[in-house]
Amino acid sequence: MLTKRIIPCLDIKNGRTVKGVMFENIRDAGDPVALGAEYAKQGADELVFLDITATNEGRKTFASLVRDIARHIDIPFTVGGGISTIPDVELLLHEGADKVSVNSSALKYPSLVEELAKRFGSQCITVAIDTKLTQQGWKVFSRAGTVETEWDTLSWAKEVANLGAGEILLTSMSNDGTKSGFALDITGDVSRQVSIPVIASGGAGTKEHFSEVFVKANADAALAASIFHFGEVPIPELKDYLASQHLPIRL
Amino acid sequence: MNVVIIDYKGGNVQSVRFALERLGVHATLTSDKELIQKADKVIFPGEGEANSAMRQLKADGLDQVIPTLKQPFMGICLGMQLLCRHSEENDTPMLNIIPLDVKRFQTDLKVPHMGWNNIYNLNNPVMQGLNEKDYVYFVHSYFVPVSEYTIATADYPEPFSAAVQYKNFYAMQFHTEKSSTTGTKILKNFLDL
Repeated sequence: MLTKRIIPCLDIKNGRTVKGVMFENIRDAGDPVALGAEYAKQGADELVFLDITATNEGRKTFASLVRDIARHIDIPFTVGGGISTIPDVELLLHEGADKVSVNSSALKYPSLVEELAKRFGSQCITVAIDTKLTQQGWKVFSRAGTVETEWDTLSWAKEVANLGAGEILLTSMSNDGTKSGFALDITGDVSRQVSIPVIASGGAGTKEHFSEVFVKANADAALAASIFHFGEVPIPELKDYLASQHLPIRL
Repeated sequence: MNVVIIDYKGGNVQSVRFALERLGVHATLTSDKELIQKADKVIFPGEGEANSAMRQLKADGLDQVIPTLKQPFMGICLGMQLLCRHSEENDTPMLNIIPLDVKRFQTDLKVPHMGWNNIYNLNNPVMQGLNEKDYVYFVHSYFVPVSEYTIATADYPEPFSAAVQYKNFYAMQFHTEKSSTTGTKILKNFLDL
């Protein structure tokens, strides 16, 4: 039976892992390759590495880091952050990334998703969606959550699925960093109404939050960062708990 | 041992190379016909879309070479499907080595079938040392049905071929190179053939 995936996310700046709480207050949590290998050993199902470096030099460092990760880690990983062109994607896949995630560039040029899916196959194209609950409902935000777009979240999710995305990484900015649980309503709406897998992100604080997002919101995978980095919810313990709740989990 | 990975611009070839490196085997990445013919073992990875992959194989003349190979050969993911007769993906005629057709999942479940799923009915030397229901990593929207050549089965939700063997051609739908210790065992078994 296909299992629910547990995915630690590592934010990378200048070759080091960092984690922003509410996209601010970044704390250093170590070496990405060592951390990734440790997570793989602990039973993480996949890894996500997000490049939050803004400079060209930093981007080059990230590409060589991707190669290092691929060399040492035997589970799939997705890379994202600032990816906006076909050559960007080609380079990262060539260095050994299994999937790439696009976000702001897809909002700017939706046809990019279609081009990438045609060129590289849907299976390696993840669209990351940052969403926030506003007075107009759940809206999509671009540029690391700083710019509100016209898109309603469910419509954008359906649109990227139609354009050929292989997966959606849905981050609720309203929940991110709060440790009060995932955004069950919007995650459930997206997961039930699109035909591609959905990774829930933002708000994980306890083991129960994971069980909730799988059972109540039908998420296919759940992503978290700081609670894993700082050992608040160890992955083996989390997976044992989820299995005890009769969820399909790889142990 | 001389191991070759066929490079036909088919996506994530590095991962296979690195997985072999972790087993202490240095593999050559090439589209050179002669190097491929001379190799002891050939690995044929693949990601992406069937039609463009076939076009690239034809452009490199590999569609003529691969069917003639006699050494142990492992196709992975799209590399499995390309060995078959035909794929529903853009109605593509494939290499026609394994007499099976590739179908698209028709299910209410999400497609692509993405993530860790268990494999069972393991009955082949390359599956040696695995336990029934061990987990491996899949990412695919098309599949090869269960047949007399099936050497590992998975369900989504109906049973399909997680792996098949036909003569010297071993074909894995899942990513052996990304399937943690289970995938490593399979790769090692293949290298030991």
